[in-house]
Amino acid sequence: MQSNGTLLETRGLAAFYGDFQALFDIDFRIERNETVAIIGSNGAGKSTLLKSIIGLVRAKAEAIYFNGKAIGGNPAYRIVAQGISMVPEGRRLFPSLSVEENLSIGAYSKRQGPWNLEAIYAVFPMLKEKRNVAATALSGGQQQMVAIGRALMANPRLLLCDEISLGLAPVIVKEIYAQLERITANGTTLIVVEQDIKQAMAVSDRVYCVREGRVVLEGRPPDLGREEITKAYFGM
Amino acid sequence: MNEAVQIERSTRISRLFAAFGLLLLLFLIIAPFYLGRSELYLLVEIFSYLALASLWNLLAGYTGLASVGQQGFVGLGGYSLFALTIFFRMPPIVAVLAAGLIAALLAVPTAWIIFRLKGAYFAIGTWVVAEVYRLIFAQVSALGAGSGTSLPTQVVQSIAPTRVARDNLIYWTGLGLVVTVLAVTYLILRSRWGLALTAIRDSESAAESVGVDNYRTKFLIYFLTAGATGSVGALISMQKLRISPEAAFSLNDWTAFVIFIVVIGGIGRMEGPLIGTIVFFLLRGFLADLGPWYLMLLGAFAILITLTMPKGIAGSLAERFDLDLFPLRRRVRLPKLNSKDSTHSGLVDDSSVLPT
Amino acid sequence: MDLVATMLDGILLGGLYALFASGLSLIFGVMRLVNTAHGDLIVLSAFIALVVTDRLGVHPLVSLVLVVPLMALLGYGLQRGIFNRTLGSDILPSVLVSFGLTVLLQNALLQIFSADSRRLQAGNLETLHIDLPGGMAVGVLPCLMFIVALVVIGGLQLLLYHTELGCAFRSVSDDQETAQLMGINNAHLFGLAMALSLAIVSVAGVFLGIRTNFDPSIGPTRLIFAFEAIIIGGLGDLWGTLVGGVILGVAQTLGGRINPGYQILAGHLVFLAILTLRPQGFFAKLR
Repeated sequence: MQSNGTLLETRGLAAFYGDFQALFDIDFRIERNETVAIIGSNGAGKSTLLKSIIGLVRAKAEAIYFNGKAIGGNPAYRIVAQGISMVPEGRRLFPSLSVEENLSIGAYSKRQGPWNLEAIYAVFPMLKEKRNVAATALSGGQQQMVAIGRALMANPRLLLCDEISLGLAPVIVKEIYAQLERITANGTTLIVVEQDIKQAMAVSDRVYCVREGRVVLEGRPPDLGREEITKAYFGM
Repeated sequence: MNEAVQIERSTRISRLFAAFGLLLLLFLIIAPFYLGRSELYLLVEIFSYLALASLWNLLAGYTGLASVGQQGFVGLGGYSLFALTIFFRMPPIVAVLAAGLIAALLAVPTAWIIFRLKGAYFAIGTWVVAEVYRLIFAQVSALGAGSGTSLPTQVVQSIAPTRVARDNLIYWTGLGLVVTVLAVTYLILRSRWGLALTAIRDSESAAESVGVDNYRTKFLIYFLTAGATGSVGALISMQKLRISPEAAFSLNDWTAFVIFIVVIGGIGRMEGPLIGTIVFFLLRGFLADLGPWYLMLLGAFAILITLTMPKGIAGSLAERFDLDLFPLRRRVRLPKLNSKDSTHSGLVDDSSVLPT
Repeated sequence: MDLVATMLDGILLGGLYALFASGLSLIFGVMRLVNTAHGDLIVLSAFIALVVTDRLGVHPLVSLVLVVPLMALLGYGLQRGIFNRTLGSDILPSVLVSFGLTVLLQNALLQIFSADSRRLQAGNLETLHIDLPGGMAVGVLPCLMFIVALVVIGGLQLLLYHTELGCAFRSVSDDQETAQLMGINNAHLFGLAMALSLAIVSVAGVFLGIRTNFDPSIGPTRLIFAFEAIIIGGLGDLWGTLVGGVILGVAQTLGGRINPGYQILAGHLVFLAILTLRPQGFFAKLR
């Protein structure tokens, strides 16, 4: 059932927090080497979708397919071992660990690939100077770089980025997204969840808009008009 | 036709239960007239455990103060009773209440120190304090030091002139104590205070953010339960006519068994201690001959219940059958939407909290 | 001089208490779990060592070769089978379960071994001593215990700060959810932590058995000593736990000098005093 380029797809994905249903019948698809953005207002279900993919929120087995394999219901550590990695919302660096330790622990799953400490430092040189500093002592932008680097150390085929622009100055955000483009240029598939619609449209090949747990719009940025997006985003 | 939204406190079951309870109470009050000595003795034991279990449930199940040191107050109550009756010639029944007061007073500095600890470390801290009390009393030679002492004959006779009168008086005191404990606990939980406790137990920070004074509330509950526990302890030692550090401060008897009762019965529900006490005494009746096996069984059972039935028997019953013997919840009955709908009653359970 | 000898005894005793405490401290650090059956597990190790030395005729310290792996395995099983299911924001389940475990263990040991006092026979080790200037003598056994405590704590520090496993422990301690995103299997890691904790417990248990008479009921008091050493030293710092153990040991030996009945009470009182005056302990690191 998979087209030859599809890396990940969800079919009728539903997600619950206790009794509360956060996602309803989500059909989502991403091709290899694509960059897809998910936009939507707060509480729409964007993060929940990423958490379902990575296994932090339990999904039904047949609801999520990665590389043709049903991965729904798997615990997060197994999904990471299979090649999906996430930069969590709010960065969530480990306060007890130094920058380098944070990066190194990202490689815990021992996946093979181009990313190692040297490669990360090559992309983010300012981290190398701060390698032994406590990770949470860095500036917001630098912490975001550590978080991204940490996720890359798992050598993922699919990278999930949850609101990496949150709390950062626009110029830093631009810089980080520029780095991301360079990173993904050599074959990482990318899903970004973004509140900043302009940024999301600028960086992605396709966009999904989520509202109240459902997909309300999907398309390529050039094809989507401002009015259309606003209507989908706010539901007016 | 628009009916107003109604808030109900009691249900048919709870009203039935209240009626049944009143009847049972009547029978219990006149029990000395149709029950023998050993039955009365057993009943006082049951009352004591029921009281201790209800108190521990209030402390740990509702307020979240998981103390494994309540045996400290049981012992304090016992030794206070002995000291007050022996050295100060206080009438024994009055001494039961005074002993409770002493225990409550000592709970003040105790709380001040150990409230600095949190969670499971708080639990062990309460244990240490109980040990300290035990070790101190083991040094008091006037009360028998390590081997303990018996209640002197004059004191025993000052309870009441005949043995039958003594048994009856101790029995009624025990009944009075447990009824008071249950009644006060129920009133507390039914009040705004009860809501505060549930809030604190579910999320301290959230509770604080809506204006609950965590420290003061927890302290007050600790103070009250210590006092009541002390009185129960005084009664227990008085009934035994003997006291020793090991018996009065026994972790096994006054904490392990009590916790077992509450866990099996159902933590955080008032029905829990009732059901748990019944189960405990049934098990004891059938299995106590097995010695260490009996205790091993209790321990294993407690582990099993905690893992598989965390809400205990009462909790599981309540979930399954929406059973509520003590009317503590507030039910919201929404008005009928139209005459074709059957009563759409939304039950808003103020004891449940959304996942954080 | 007598006073100095007493204090020296106390310091070395502190080594044993630090051994009791480091296992407890480790699992609290990694998963915020307090195992109130910890003391009974120490006693269990002593009894296992008793059986091994009886059946195989070896020295108690040699029996460690069997006792340590056995207890480590037990720890892994306990954690994955029971304790993992009690972890969460409510501490009551883990307190209740470990309490049930205490009752279960004590009575099982009672049933199997009776309430008689036992001792692990360590031959010369118990009486060998080193002569010090000033006419004092210090036992080889207490010195050995202290050195082992230093090695164990040093080893733990090394593990925590210079290995990947230690890094994983610290990550999980910081943020259980994000640790999963690193590919860490939390359930397995917690099992490893408990296995390590019980491995240390078993060493402590064997030393306890050599040093004093033991019976099924002395577990809870050892737990209290471990706990007091941790609180005095400050949560989260293993070297602090060593200092805490030493302070406790000295308090006990000094109290015991005044009157043997005061020994344990003295320790409790010093603990309560420190809890009152400096509740965060001397070296607190944990938030």
